[in-house]
This record gives sequence, C-alpha cells and structure tokens, in this order.
Amino acid sequence: MSGYLEGVLVLLAVNVVFAYGGFLPLAAGQLNLGLAGFAAIGAYASAYLSNVFKLAPLLAIPLAGIVAGAVALVVAVPVLRTRGIYLALATFALGQIVQAIILNLEVVGGAAGYPVAAFIRLPTIAATAAIVVVLVWLLFATRFGIAVTAVHDDEGAADLMGIDVRGFQIAAFALGSAIAGVGGGLYAHHFSFIEAQYFNISLSITIVLYVLLGGTQTVIGPLLGAAVFTLLPELLRASANLRYVAFAAAVIVIMALRPEGLVTAGQLRRLLGFTRAEHAAAGLPTERTG
Amino acid sequence: MSATDPILRLESVSKHFGGLRVIEDLTLAVRRGVRTALIGPNGAGKTTVFNLITGVFPVDAGRILLDGIDITDTPSRLRIGHGIARSFQNIRLMPHLSTLENVMVGQHCRNRGMRGVLQPVNLVPRNRWREAARAALADAALIQYERSTVGNLPYGVQKRIELVRALMAQPRVLLLDEPAAGLNPAETEALQAQLETSCAGGGVTVLVVEHDMHFVGALCEDVIVLDFGRKIAEGSPEDIRHNPLVQETYLGAPAAEPMERQNARGA
Repeated sequence: MSGYLEGVLVLLAVNVVFAYGGFLPLAAGQLNLGLAGFAAIGAYASAYLSNVFKLAPLLAIPLAGIVAGAVALVVAVPVLRTRGIYLALATFALGQIVQAIILNLEVVGGAAGYPVAAFIRLPTIAATAAIVVVLVWLLFATRFGIAVTAVHDDEGAADLMGIDVRGFQIAAFALGSAIAGVGGGLYAHHFSFIEAQYFNISLSITIVLYVLLGGTQTVIGPLLGAAVFTLLPELLRASANLRYVAFAAAVIVIMALRPEGLVTAGQLRRLLGFTRAEHAAAGLPTERTG
Repeated sequence: MSATDPILRLESVSKHFGGLRVIEDLTLAVRRGVRTALIGPNGAGKTTVFNLITGVFPVDAGRILLDGIDITDTPSRLRIGHGIARSFQNIRLMPHLSTLENVMVGQHCRNRGMRGVLQPVNLVPRNRWREAARAALADAALIQYERSTVGNLPYGVQKRIELVRALMAQPRVLLLDEPAAGLNPAETEALQAQLETSCAGGGVTVLVVEHDMHFVGALCEDVIVLDFGRKIAEGSPEDIRHNPLVQETYLGAPAAEPMERQNARGA
C-alpha cells in the first residue's frame, strides 16, 4: 500500500473515532466545541503512559480514553449547567484551557511538542475505529439510545417520563470525550509527534461538522460524514489550490439540501423497515377505523 | 359524592405566577378507579393543576397526596415511578423516534439502573420489553405505524400513541390533558374505545381535562369544575349540567354577583 493511501486511511479512521466523540453529546442535544481538548488529553495521556511507563499502545490508548472521560465527568457538572449557545461557548473555553495548560506543561514538552516513541500502523488504528463504531452502535441499540434521543427531542417530556435528563447528558458528554481521547491516542501513536497547537478549535469544529453533515439521528451518520469529509478534499486534490473552496462549497450545498444531515432516522427506517413492516402487517388483526 | 378512599388528593394547593393567582386554595379528591373529569373555562387553571400534580412546577402552598403518600416535594422525574403518568395538551411525542420507540419511552420508569438502561431493546428481536410495547400497540390497533417516524403521522393517531406511551408506565393515576381536542368524531370514538379497554378493571384511575362535554359525559363518572383556580362544583356529569353556578360560568352571568367574579379575576 502506498504511503499516501495509508496516510489517508489512517486519517479517515482517526476522524471516524473523533466523529463518534462528537456524536454522543450531539445525540443528546449538546454541542461540544471542546472535543479537541479531550482529544489532546487522550493524545498526551497515551503518549506519556507509553513513553514513561512503557505501556503498550494497545493498553495506553484505552487508558487515555478513560482519563479523558474522567476529566469530562468532572468538568461536566459545572459546564453542563449552561445550555444552547452558552454551552457551546463554555466547551469552547474548556478546549482553550486544555490547550493552554499543555502549552505550559514542561513534562510533556510544552510548546515544543512531545515525541511519541511507540508506533502503531493502519491495521491497529482501523480495528480500533471499527470497535468504536460497533460499541456505539450496540449502545444505541439499547434503551440508552432511546433515552438519549428523547432527551434531545424534549427534555421536559423526557423528565416526566422518568428519564434522568441531566444524567444522560453527562453520560453522553463523558462517553463522547472518552472516545475523542481514544482518537487522540491513535493519532499520537501513528504520527509519533504531538503538539498542543494541533488540538485547536478548528479541529473541534471539523469534528462537529462531520456529525452534523452526516446526521445526528442515526449511528451511521457520523461514519458517513467523517468518510465523505475526509475523502472529499483528497478527491478534489486535482483542483489544487481551489480544493478547499470546492470543499467549503460542498459543505454549504449539503447543509442547504439536507439540513438534518445526509442520513436521517426516518429515511433509514424506511430503507430497512420495508420488508419487515410487510411481514408484521400480515399477522395482524384488521385495522379498526379511527 | 362519597369521599371514600381517594387515590389522589390536593389539599389547599395554591400556585401564583408573579402576581397572578392561578390556583387558589384548591382542595380536591379523585376517587380510586373512578374516571374523573376536570373542567372549566379557558384559563381556569386545569393544565396548571396537572403541572402541579406531575411536578412541572412546585406548589406555593398546600400538599399533594398520592394514595396517602405526600409527593409534594418529590422531583418531577420520580413521580411517574409513584404511578402518575400523563399526556399533554399539545402532543409531546419524541419526533425523531419511531412509534414503537416512543411507546418504549413509556417503559423507562420501570427500567431504572444500569441494567435497565442497557436493555438491548433494538438489538434482540424478541426482547421482552419490545414485544410488550408491540402488544400494546396491537391492542390499540396502532401496530401498522410501529416503524413510522411519529412526526409524520396524523394528529389523531399521535394522540392515541401518546396514550399508549403513558399506559406503558403502568400508572395508578393517568392524567389526560384534552385527549379529544382536535380529533374528528371518528377519532374521538376510537380514543374513547381505547380508554375504556385500557382502564377496564379499575386498575387505572383517570383524571381528564376536557372541553368536549359529550366525551366527558360518556367517559366520566365524576366531574370537578374549576373557575379562576378555585373549585366551584363537583358531582356526576348530570348534576354538573344542571348546576346553576356552572351554567353561569360557562354561559355568562345574568346579573348575579358579577363583582365577586371580578374580584377573583383581579386578585
């Protein structure tokens, strides 16, 4: 496999992981603009654990995810008191704080960046991404998925149905941050060098874009969004300098044509449910008029 | 009206919004297993009573008792676990969930804790909870909509789905806020049939806010009339129909005591 292709696929797999980190809070109706901060925590934690404690990447990366998730759990309590635009601003500030702390943390190189000794290749990264996708899919096939969507759709009614709105918001925020941390760990161990500047607001916004454009209502949406928006700029490489213009234009067109994302829940149900619905209808008593 | 064995009691409940006294020293009792209607003109405070019973707003004064247990300070989220479920005046189904998933939201209060939340309802084809929700939809003749996104369904169908969702909580007291509003006669009839089947056997006590007096007369055995946040009458639908005070409230006062009503409004 060419180095270029492997590079693109690694980026794709890491972006897919990041996208699910953004998907969880968005599925619960929260915009987390501090994802890059949690990715940075994961990247630095994983690098530190493998550099200093000589942990294997396959152990260091999940632990890094847990560290990022634990930090998210602690900050979630004050941060998730805000809502809407204020939540977006609070999480944005959170990302900035993480970046500023790392820049001043000499033990991990500060502004000079941090080299990472242990190296992982595409198969490990792709397998981890696949595991993340499957785990999120499994999670959303449980009552958790229904409850999170209920919180997203109508907090008040969800509360009256006995759903712990705040609990699910905190869980989605912390789990998403843990996944972003895993993505950061994957990135660190493949590119062998991390610096705080990489984990900036533009990374957070790009992750959120993957999810919004792919669709927040289904588990497949973030996968599709990350795939389309990692590969599209590469396909547009032929147009050289104009590729980011073309990319931005594509983003706007998709947002205009499919404001709820490329895949929506209703659409997916129609696609998947057709045969099964007919099946079900066959064994039923005749419909009462009403 | 015999006051024996009320399942739900409000004792001297008051609620003010700023200077507006929406509920004023309201005492009422809903008898166990008796389908009861809460009626009154617009702005009488009927929906506010529901919001106080379900804990959407805290009361300013008074107590709310469910089966003798004081739930006045119980958080809204936990009240459904005590057996109070409701529907909403403006449908509040979850628009991004399917009909079946919306009905499964109603089971949430019976699935607390990690194990409950991680029930694989959309994974295992014959999941017990999923099948229970499907059976409830089938009983309500709504199974053909199980996979539909609820936002696209007709209004009357959505109202009936909301009723199924509330019943999935297996409530002891079911609060229905204008269940027949906006329904055509055929839909109203279907709803009434559904309510009668669901509540047969007296397991569920129904308290319904409704303007459609035919619906109230056909469904309910007790009627409580509110006006300006106070109870002005109670009794059987027949009694209420002939109650002069109720007639005055609904049809306008000829001359009797206009000042008192004025005071109640201004207070």
